[in-house]
Amino acid sequence: MDMKRNYYEDVQLFSSGVVIFWFAALMVFLAAFPFLFKNYFVYVANYIAINIIVVIGLNILVGYTGLISLGHAGFFAIGAYSTIIFMTRLALPFLVALPLGALVAALFGFLLGLPALRLEGPYLTIATLGFGLTVTQVIGKIELFGGRQGLHTPDLVIGPWHLDNDRSFYYLVVFITFLMVIFARNLIKTRVGRAFIAIRDADIAAETMGVNLVYYKTLSFAISAFYAGVAGGLYAFVLRYIEPEIFSLLMSIMFLAMVVVGGLGSIMGAIVGAVLLSWLDLQLRNILSIPYLGQWLEKLSASYFSITGVSNIQFILFGSIMVFIMLFEPLGIFGIWIRIKKYWKTWPF
Amino acid sequence: MIDFLQMVVNGITVGSSYALMGLAMVIIYKTSEIPNFAQGEMALVTTYFTYMLLHSFGISLTVAFISALLFSFFLGCLLEFTILRRAKDPSILGMIVITIGLEMILMGFVSWKFGAEQKAMPFPITAYDSVVIGDIYISTLELLTCGVVLVLMIGLFIFFKYSKLGVAMKATQQNSTAARLMGIRANRVLMITWGISSVVGGIAGLLIAPVVMQPYMMWDPLLKGFAAAVMGGMTSLPGAVFGAYLLGIVENLFGGYVSIEFKSVVAFAVIVLVLCIKPSGLFARHYVKKV
Repeated sequence: MDMKRNYYEDVQLFSSGVVIFWFAALMVFLAAFPFLFKNYFVYVANYIAINIIVVIGLNILVGYTGLISLGHAGFFAIGAYSTIIFMTRLALPFLVALPLGALVAALFGFLLGLPALRLEGPYLTIATLGFGLTVTQVIGKIELFGGRQGLHTPDLVIGPWHLDNDRSFYYLVVFITFLMVIFARNLIKTRVGRAFIAIRDADIAAETMGVNLVYYKTLSFAISAFYAGVAGGLYAFVLRYIEPEIFSLLMSIMFLAMVVVGGLGSIMGAIVGAVLLSWLDLQLRNILSIPYLGQWLEKLSASYFSITGVSNIQFILFGSIMVFIMLFEPLGIFGIWIRIKKYWKTWPF
Repeated sequence: MIDFLQMVVNGITVGSSYALMGLAMVIIYKTSEIPNFAQGEMALVTTYFTYMLLHSFGISLTVAFISALLFSFFLGCLLEFTILRRAKDPSILGMIVITIGLEMILMGFVSWKFGAEQKAMPFPITAYDSVVIGDIYISTLELLTCGVVLVLMIGLFIFFKYSKLGVAMKATQQNSTAARLMGIRANRVLMITWGISSVVGGIAGLLIAPVVMQPYMMWDPLLKGFAAAVMGGMTSLPGAVFGAYLLGIVENLFGGYVSIEFKSVVAFAVIVLVLCIKPSGLFARHYVKKV
């Protein structure tokens, strides 16, 4: 969008003083967040931060490499379960178990990436979708993973700190999210990231230019799965209890929706999409308690619909958001932002 | 041996409902290259519409069924006309996202209207009466489903091969610009395709409804039907039916001899294996992009 005059302008983290200012403001806000808001909002923030990690990972796969995955709940589950298993069975500390769990997820991502080399479009969709469904089914049948009963998370102790509530956990989650965002942002600017983008835009052309498709496609799957694995490991500690049912197909669909709504192929877009949709998701779970709108919906449901199914309005809303974003702005919220910026940049001309 | 035969027959009967969903998806994919995730929920809406006619309005069965099929035809046309056609520079991912969005809207709407509890479809043929052939039990409903699949498949085959509209659909799929130059209204053909596909899906929904009827009832047939269609090559009608029967049989044999617990996931393992060997499915010619 902005004119880039040389390579270093493209790779630098902050393009101007304004960006530095807003970055600093965001950091202060994030640091002060637990003191400003109630406990519930801290929990919401944790939930959103975890979704941000997954969505950025998924965006590397879908938005930058141009592959598709409807099985990210599977990687999420693998991350969550293997982190807990490493902690309880092998007595590893959390900060070791979390990356190890994510590496297990990345290994599965690599394995799924192998058949994905030859597949595209609906074929790849069904393969990844099948993977996601299979993982939750298999986990539910294995005794080590607690079967259908699920697993409780062990106590979370890092050095001298005992992270037993949302507030103390918040800083850990936000710090890890921050690292993952910066890593993704830098990755895209490197040789690897440019290879991903080349594969997305024209894979045959990329291959003739010397981009190793086998290597980079599987790498993209592995990195994406790694992100989902890290997020899964953290998510287990937000819920404090995990069972296979949580990691459903609907979760994979939600992740994909967040990527698409935020904007394909943009880190900021992924963040915005994750924040918006996770927040909506949590709010709409108890839609009837929203003032005014809730009462109106209650009356409407009682007379024309069923009152027991009123929570399904969230599906209608999410579906509509997905459809409308795709119809009117395929680049998502990030695309809208770009258009606004372009318009005002040269205003009044 | 009897066990084996019974399992195979069960597999075929289960495969029939997958086959209907697979057929419906293939019809749309053949003409517009859209993997339609909303197929199951389009069928769901049709099924609940029929339920409403029968249950709340007390309309006779024949009339209700005919109006349900008409309704599902118009539903398909409407979705294509109002939403799919409006998509800007559609990519495969974009289409998948739109159809998933539609799926969520339709499912949310149905569960809002009717609630999540199991409904009983007033239907004369149930899954509880069975016919005995030799030593093998088949319920009348399953027999009916198999028959419907056969009739539909032959009908669709004749339709695509000999009718003017069917040939126009094929032409639109192969080269829509050339088809338009030959005087085919590609848009209208697409719309009718969606309508037909919606009817086929709707029939599947109506045949599943006597066994299970709640808002999630179409997920499993949809995913298995999609898997079957992918296995058959996504563009081949016989391929989809063959894939569906194969999946049904493999699933049942696996459930009977290896482990009943993993029965529902074996289909996807088979899919991944088949796709590793033949990336475009069993019945489609593998198409290598030339530069």
